[in-house]
Amino acid sequence: MASRTIKSLLVLCLSLVTMTFSGHVYANEKAVQTEQSNPAVAHEPAAHEAKAFNVTETILDHIKDDHSWHLWGHTSLSLPVILYTPKGFEFFSSAKFMNEHHEHIMYKGNFDYKIIEGKVKIVDATEAIDQAASKTLWDFSITKNVASLFVSVLILLVVLLTAAGAYKKTGITTAPKGVQSFMEPIVLFVRDEVAIPNIGKKKFAKYMPFLLTIFFLVLTNNFLGLIPFFPGGANVSGNIAFTMTLAVCVFVVVNLSANKSYWEHIFWMPGMHWSMKLFLAPIELIGVFTKPISLMIRLFANITAGHILVLSLICLIFIFKTVYASAIAVPFAVFIGMIELLVAFLQAYIFTMLSAMYIGMATEEHHHEAHDHEGHKNVAHH
Amino acid sequence: MFLLEVNPLVLPDIGLVFWNTIAFLVLLIVLGKFAWKPMLKAIAERESGIEEALLRADKMKAEIAAMQNENEALLAKAREERAGMIKDAKETADKMVSEAKDKAKQEYDRIISDAQLAITQQKNAALTEVKNQVGTLVVEVAEKILRKELSNKADQESYIKQIAEGVKLN
Repeated sequence: MASRTIKSLLVLCLSLVTMTFSGHVYANEKAVQTEQSNPAVAHEPAAHEAKAFNVTETILDHIKDDHSWHLWGHTSLSLPVILYTPKGFEFFSSAKFMNEHHEHIMYKGNFDYKIIEGKVKIVDATEAIDQAASKTLWDFSITKNVASLFVSVLILLVVLLTAAGAYKKTGITTAPKGVQSFMEPIVLFVRDEVAIPNIGKKKFAKYMPFLLTIFFLVLTNNFLGLIPFFPGGANVSGNIAFTMTLAVCVFVVVNLSANKSYWEHIFWMPGMHWSMKLFLAPIELIGVFTKPISLMIRLFANITAGHILVLSLICLIFIFKTVYASAIAVPFAVFIGMIELLVAFLQAYIFTMLSAMYIGMATEEHHHEAHDHEGHKNVAHH
Repeated sequence: MFLLEVNPLVLPDIGLVFWNTIAFLVLLIVLGKFAWKPMLKAIAERESGIEEALLRADKMKAEIAAMQNENEALLAKAREERAGMIKDAKETADKMVSEAKDKAKQEYDRIISDAQLAITQQKNAALTEVKNQVGTLVVEVAEKILRKELSNKADQESYIKQIAEGVKLN
């Protein structure tokens, strides 16, 4: 039922986007024709048109972070800018970076700021980036991604606290109802398919809140990223900063919960010749870091790739400059959107499962000197 | 590093990292305390409840099965007992019948033999009486004849002689 609603929403908004923009294309084509008939003024709008069809820029613009949240047409939600410079904190609205014609302008605070390629930079009098000064600038702004992240946090808090409240209200004697019945299978899925098989029945309980929070945060942001308009539209889980933060959290949890035997297996692999131990130690040590890095890149690449794919398909219409291209582009975009729904869930699952696996590896108990891979499996049975 | 500078996509923003860390920690703490803990606890409780109920049901089932077995055993025992009783009764009856038969036969034999004895006795008695009567008659007849015959002395004597010769003393 829910996926159906999402499907129809997706179809609706894609068609809307297509219709809106195809209108622009028609207008542009007409403009070109009139310009061709009047060569005297043809040069400048043609250049403008070339700029409008820069596909890479368009796509990057959509998946990158921004200091304002685009709502519709020329309406955007201004977001607070928080800057830390050697002269202290500064707090102002991102609307200050725009003039009434929606052009980026300079804002004079402690320094002269301007948004260049989506980022706040300190500029000199000629509005060129002052590289040295920009390096001292710390941007803690509530950007589109941060705002979207907060929206997802809000959604999670409301939904999950409601679900948890239901247990308090009705107790455990009744079957789950409403939100509770929607959340419980997911919680059970994380517990029975992710935590217990990877960490083991004895220790999983301690890591459940961490794994559940990661799973739901990634899942919610993946889904919000698929909604093309406010309050979605931001590409949070396809942002390297987001995946990096989560990967660092996993890294910290894994290494803080690691036991002696885990470190022994990294620095001085038991059951090997000493030369082999020396050889393996640096490889295993690199492995400690590559694990969270792989987590970071996997989620970032998967979600970003999905967004780029959908946007590319939509851009086909502008590349071919005909509305008929939408006959192919829109069904394909819907198809990719369906796959993205699957990927959204799958990547949340994979991220959580691998985190659980790394925790499981770090907390695994080795009872005897069996250090081949069968040995590891045997240990699990004891 | 060069790659990081070139592609803005792989350059993490400090702002998002900062806010994300805060958001994640807030979520972890708030949800951990007020959502995951009660949820997981309730789920675990429900599961243990279900498990207990299932165990109890299994136990009941086993109990019922045991009771059924017991009943069956009792029934079988009763059936066996009944069969034994019937057999015993039959045996007793047979024995009684045969005993009665034997007794009857004995009685019959005894009666027969008694009867035969009585008959023999009666016969003998009758015979003796007949003999006695015949004797008496013979004596009477003989007396009468003798009386008539013995009117003649000579005859008398010859006759006595004749008789005397005929009588054998034994």
